Amino acid sequence: MANQEENKDSSTISRRKFLANSGYAIGGLVVGGVLGSLLGREPKQQTPAPNQSAPQQTPDFNQALMFFTQEQFKVVDAATERIFPKDDNGPGARDLGVAFFIDHQLAGEYGFNARDYMQPPFFPGEKVQGYQGRLRRREIYEIGLREMQNYSMSKYKKNFYDLAPEEQDAVLTAFEKDEIKLTTTSASGFFKMLVTNTLEGVYADPLYGGNKNMSGWNLKKYPGNQMSYANIIEKEGLPQIKPASLRDHLSH
Amino acid sequence: MPKRLPKVDVVLVGVGWTGGILASELTKAGLTVVGLERGKERKTEDYFMVHDELRYALRYELMQDLSRETVTFRSNEKVRALPMRSYGSFLLGDGLGGAGVHWNGQTYRFLPYDFQIRTQTIERYGANKIPAEMTIQDWGITYDELEPYFDKFEKMAGISGEENPLGGKRSDKYPTPPMKKSPTVNMFIEAAKKLNLHPYMVPSANLSENYTNPDGVARAACQYCGYCERFGCEYGAKADPVVTVIPVAKKTGKFEIRSHSNVRRILHTGNRATGVLYVDVTTGEEIEQPADIVVLTSFVFNNVRLLLMSNLGRPYNAANNTGVIGKNYAYQVFKGQSVGFFNDSEFNTFAGAGSLGACLDDFNGDNFDHSDLNFIHGANIAYTQTGKRPIQNNLVPKGTPGWGKEFKAASIKYYNSTISVAAQGACMPFRHHYLDLDPTYRDAYGDPLIRITFDFEEQDRQLTQYLASRCEDIVKEMKPSLVETAKELGPYDITPYQSTHNTGGVIMGADPATSAVNSYLQMWDVENLFVVGASAFAHNSGYNPTGTVGALAYRAAEGILKYRKSGGGILV
Repeated sequence: MANQEENKDSSTISRRKFLANSGYAIGGLVVGGVLGSLLGREPKQQTPAPNQSAPQQTPDFNQALMFFTQEQFKVVDAATERIFPKDDNGPGARDLGVAFFIDHQLAGEYGFNARDYMQPPFFPGEKVQGYQGRLRRREIYEIGLREMQNYSMSKYKKNFYDLAPEEQDAVLTAFEKDEIKLTTTSASGFFKMLVTNTLEGVYADPLYGGNKNMSGWNLKKYPGNQMSYANIIEKEGLPQIKPASLRDHLSH
Repeated sequence: MPKRLPKVDVVLVGVGWTGGILASELTKAGLTVVGLERGKERKTEDYFMVHDELRYALRYELMQDLSRETVTFRSNEKVRALPMRSYGSFLLGDGLGGAGVHWNGQTYRFLPYDFQIRTQTIERYGANKIPAEMTIQDWGITYDELEPYFDKFEKMAGISGEENPLGGKRSDKYPTPPMKKSPTVNMFIEAAKKLNLHPYMVPSANLSENYTNPDGVARAACQYCGYCERFGCEYGAKADPVVTVIPVAKKTGKFEIRSHSNVRRILHTGNRATGVLYVDVTTGEEIEQPADIVVLTSFVFNNVRLLLMSNLGRPYNAANNTGVIGKNYAYQVFKGQSVGFFNDSEFNTFAGAGSLGACLDDFNGDNFDHSDLNFIHGANIAYTQTGKRPIQNNLVPKGTPGWGKEFKAASIKYYNSTISVAAQGACMPFRHHYLDLDPTYRDAYGDPLIRITFDFEEQDRQLTQYLASRCEDIVKEMKPSLVETAKELGPYDITPYQSTHNTGGVIMGADPATSAVNSYLQMWDVENLFVVGASAFAHNSGYNPTGTVGALAYRAAEGILKYRKSGGGILV
């Protein structure tokens, strides 16, 4: 935290530098508007964002479900916490809101494969030809999560989310290694998607519901959304820069 | 009946780098030009929220909507081609500026060897060096002939760089000095020098300093924000068509861009193109745009597809090795690399720019002796600091599990502590690597998708083995705690990202029997049709292609003006 003041300063300086640059650009053909639109705006970072250091006062209204049932949510919450567990490095998937992130993603175009080619005919292909199924991501999740519950029930007589961590790992490993056969999709394919989506939820901008309070970025000392690194690009070592999110970028 | 519009001098199909360059050059010379772009308008203001790895890098914000059109792929003719249902191996651009918006900006010149590859390979090693199925051929132009056009492209874009000690002869230096050197870039340079190699800074379209180009376009310097590839530049510091050539064309008052206009056919009478048929994608209306000269300036796949769908040129037939349209599809052999893990050092690698880096060509082209090697050509070896973004960068040492406690700890520990040196391998064409129309799968209009038949060959495997070892030599010299090297190429797999350097299909050459276009990218069979882009590459070199694409576009512009002036005929 000691570096905070310094970093505020450096970000202000770099902003001034852009403004100088933009004035230069306007001298010729005007080719861009972002630089111009920054003119006259107060650097948002100067105002400490709420909820950064003080305990959270207002509820996070984003933490509700758009797609999952309550049971599906509990399975995903437990599974992603095993994929990315809380440890000495810092928070795990649960504290970072990863299951909410995945819920919100599946509710929209990603869940519907809206920008993927989903036209028939469907044929099983070679591995190098990529996914050739007709199921959309949200359907794969529904099938995969149901099977995680079925498998946990048949093997341990418990819900997946009530299992001991080692037992949860054993279930996940069975999916990873395709020891479980799903009728319409591959268990390992589902598991791979779950791991990918977990990492997305840990490290995507907090606007998507994960990476709560930018704590995912803090794990990697990643500064998030910064205007410029021109001042540090030549410096040795790892500069400590307080992270900023896309929210910090909006002027109100 | 489609609506028929008044005739214009030139119609361009696609407004990315090549369309933008042609629009700029042709309108400056007084021609009226219409640019049909099937995507939407793009402008620098669009990138206000661009530092969003999920939206741009993983959800492909700037890429073509595959639900409307994709490609199909098979490894060989015995396999059924299936659609690329979601993105992986390469990313197709969309909208004004095309793939020129989301590129990294690494702007190389192909080597003199590339343009005379067949002649020079035979001269040095004999004809037996070339495997029977390998269809390399000279390009019908030399490096020296193309040099002025490279220079023109570099000055327009403001390329920042220093001379490649092993490259072709330059008529002038780069217009702006090289990028700033980060500590890891310096480590690569030092290691390479110790090995008596010839490192130089990657030629960069991310401006090292404020620059005003010969057209009077002024742009600001790069801020090293670390969001280039897959992103648009919020500062206009990265050269792209929207901030360079397109405004110049617009200023003439002779360039009209029609976005949301998807061209479906090139119209022709006999051996003359008469215009194009396109669909206004917002209304579904079919429209004819007549023109004296038609120029295909879309991406490789669509250039080939439009010719085949319009029955123009001679389709390639691999079975009897006849025809040319679709021939010599090539890619990039980009798997050989070596990674150093540093236990006790942390670097500022979250910062960067798409073209911040250093590289060397000691093992590229024919810059080294291939007498005892079972491959030709090679790769540019580079270390680039493009900005490590956290979702996509989770390198862990081999043996680390892919998830769970150990994975989390290792992926965090090494996030700021790895350096990867990679070989961007050249890709030679083979008789059975080609593009044609898929017999089964269709786009949103009912037109056939383009079909890719392609796999890696023994040439590519040998190249990867050798070049990965050279990368490893350099990484070892940096004294990391652990070195891991990827030497096995495996089969071509369309699922992991490799590069958007797809080439060939409408190749250039000196002989109409074996090439589709001449050195001005004019079609041998249709004199008022020019096909511009990496589709003209007779093979792909060990470099990013855009510098050479840009040079060829300037040459094509000159050709079109000559053609216009001479009143017709094939340009020599």
